Amino acid sequence: MIEAVGLTKRYGDKTAVYNLSFQVRPGAVTGFLGPNGSGKSTTMRMILGLDNPTSGTVTIGGYPYRKLPNAPRQVGALLDAKAVHGGRAARNHLLSLAQLSGIPARRVDEVLGVVGLQEVARKRSKGFSLGMGQRLGIAAALLGDPQVLLFDEPVNGLDPEGILWVRNLMKALAAEGRTVFVSSHLMSEMALTADHLIVIGRGQLLADMSVTDFISANSADFARVRTPDTEPQLREKLSSALTEAGGHVLPEQDGALRVTGLPLPRISDLAYEAGVRLWELSPHQASLEEAYMRMTQGAVDYRSTIDQKASLQQQPPPGAQPPMPVPGQGQPGWYAPPPPQQGGQPFAMPTPPSGPYGGAPAGAYGAPGAGAPNPYAAPQGQPPVAAPPVPAAEPSQPAPAAPAADLTKSEDAR
Amino acid sequence: MSTHQPPMPQAPAAAPEWQAAPGGPYPGYNSPIPVVRTHLGHALASEWTKIRSVRSTMWTLGVFILLVVGIGLLAGFAVSGSGDLSGQSPLTLGFFGLLIGMMCIITLGVLTTASEYGTGMIRTTMTACPSRGRVLAAKSIVFFVIAFVVTLVTVSFVAMVHASMLKGHGASTPSGGEWLKATVGISLYIALLGLLSLLVGSIIRHSAGAITIMIGAVLAPLVIALFMNASSLEKVQKALLEYSIPSQMGVFYDNTLSSSGPTGWDPLWIILGVTAAAYAGAYALLQSRDV
Repeated sequence: MIEAVGLTKRYGDKTAVYNLSFQVRPGAVTGFLGPNGSGKSTTMRMILGLDNPTSGTVTIGGYPYRKLPNAPRQVGALLDAKAVHGGRAARNHLLSLAQLSGIPARRVDEVLGVVGLQEVARKRSKGFSLGMGQRLGIAAALLGDPQVLLFDEPVNGLDPEGILWVRNLMKALAAEGRTVFVSSHLMSEMALTADHLIVIGRGQLLADMSVTDFISANSADFARVRTPDTEPQLREKLSSALTEAGGHVLPEQDGALRVTGLPLPRISDLAYEAGVRLWELSPHQASLEEAYMRMTQGAVDYRSTIDQKASLQQQPPPGAQPPMPVPGQGQPGWYAPPPPQQGGQPFAMPTPPSGPYGGAPAGAYGAPGAGAPNPYAAPQGQPPVAAPPVPAAEPSQPAPAAPAADLTKSEDAR
Repeated sequence: MSTHQPPMPQAPAAAPEWQAAPGGPYPGYNSPIPVVRTHLGHALASEWTKIRSVRSTMWTLGVFILLVVGIGLLAGFAVSGSGDLSGQSPLTLGFFGLLIGMMCIITLGVLTTASEYGTGMIRTTMTACPSRGRVLAAKSIVFFVIAFVVTLVTVSFVAMVHASMLKGHGASTPSGGEWLKATVGISLYIALLGLLSLLVGSIIRHSAGAITIMIGAVLAPLVIALFMNASSLEKVQKALLEYSIPSQMGVFYDNTLSSSGPTGWDPLWIILGVTAAAYAGAYALLQSRDV
């Protein structure tokens, strides 16, 4: 078991990890999620005693790593696939680690077989691809047959076969009763592998919950209903009928309606009763990826923007429309569905935080008062229709301002 | 300590709510591989594997042997051709090859530690062995022994060749003490110099930087002394000359740049002191710094 209490790490005036408290328990795969630079690797290094925390503690089985007896037999770690001397053959690399940990040399050949690197065991690791390097790192982690395993981005650079293998490996290791702690920035990957999630952003805890809780809290089911475009009054009619029946209706950008709180057959019945024809009635589920992005939206350090090519662009002919930006490029909120409550929390904890690790996220991100696990199914008092209906209309969108900036730039250049 | 595997029983009591979580009550995991208590011997075996499994070791030591033997033989031939040593010890000629060859030992010493930082291997090593002092000790011992043995064999070979080659050319017959100093003494000195480089590599954590510092430490005092012509700096100039590393190496061959300064086995004690101080510094930094 891994236990962190108030873990904080500062590098100069940059705080990499702040007041992080969590527990990773045995018998399950715990996913450790966060955007780039959110402090995942720093936390991993502190768990392994490589970096000293500025304050707080982290222990494995009750001991700080550096005081852990037989540490390499208790804990195996893949930190960085390239953390090997490139001039050394794969087998010698593992052999030196085995000797250091008092592990018999035949175990080296065993793990080489497990990760499928027997063929290149005597090749220098300099020539390895990223995926082969990952496999070598995983072999090193498995070497001591430890009961606690840490993997930092294990699927980076792996082929689909390798990703599947890692996924099953993690589950198998956890099923044997081991503690498996896996960091990733891919929610979709973690949704398939992990049982429990710890999400951090800017070095602070955003969520600590099981994957099932995360799914029920964040993947809002909704129905998309489309009425004939030619008759907007039908849309109004259906909208009011659905709201009357207890449904919750959000207009979408393209004229469709997003309905929550009503099952599909009921929507169909209501439409029939109201005499409204339907062009579309389809079930949808907001993906975990969306929920994760919405959660970490405010905590992303490195954000891509539109490539302006400002200094290279020709002055557009007068009256020409600036090209529309490609949807999804450089718009911070493009992926996120509208926030569930106006001015409310972008993401709701399913239950009030409790237990030893619940305290931290309550303030900014958790919603201790929100008893409703599904923000769409149960609108709380204030009409969420007031929320920006589509992400493209969010005020933070930089797109409209961009062409103007372009014009002035080229104007100056002349 | 080795039976520490299940410290788990207290965990469910501390957090009973986990029982309901997926995964359920966990049985823990016990490896069938026997757990042994690791000690310095394991680290030594590991470091030996590491140092012999990279090409830089073979290259630096190969070039070292080539330089010491090659330059030694050339010097021997030159002297035996031109004639007369006028009573000097024939062992003196071994000095020139070693002066150049020592750069290889410095390089290997630095690479032993700094290359682990350059490649990131150090994080893997320190995860496999959280007691950092043990890693440093193992590296130091393995490197020192290799450097000493290789230097001793090479230098002794060259010394014997010189002694037999120059027998009839007016060379004195070296005494047992002179032999000891020119083989074991100088080998210890070179190995300690390499160990100092290893420690500097561990402190600087950057191969090129550490090699530059070490080569600077070897050459700079001589070069600086050349430009100190002012009479007020005469004493400093003299000290720099006498205590520069090439000059101290010459002491082992009774072949110094000046009459005062270190004599006999003094250089060995000086480098031993410097290396011990560097070891203490490297150890303290290793314990306190983030890897």
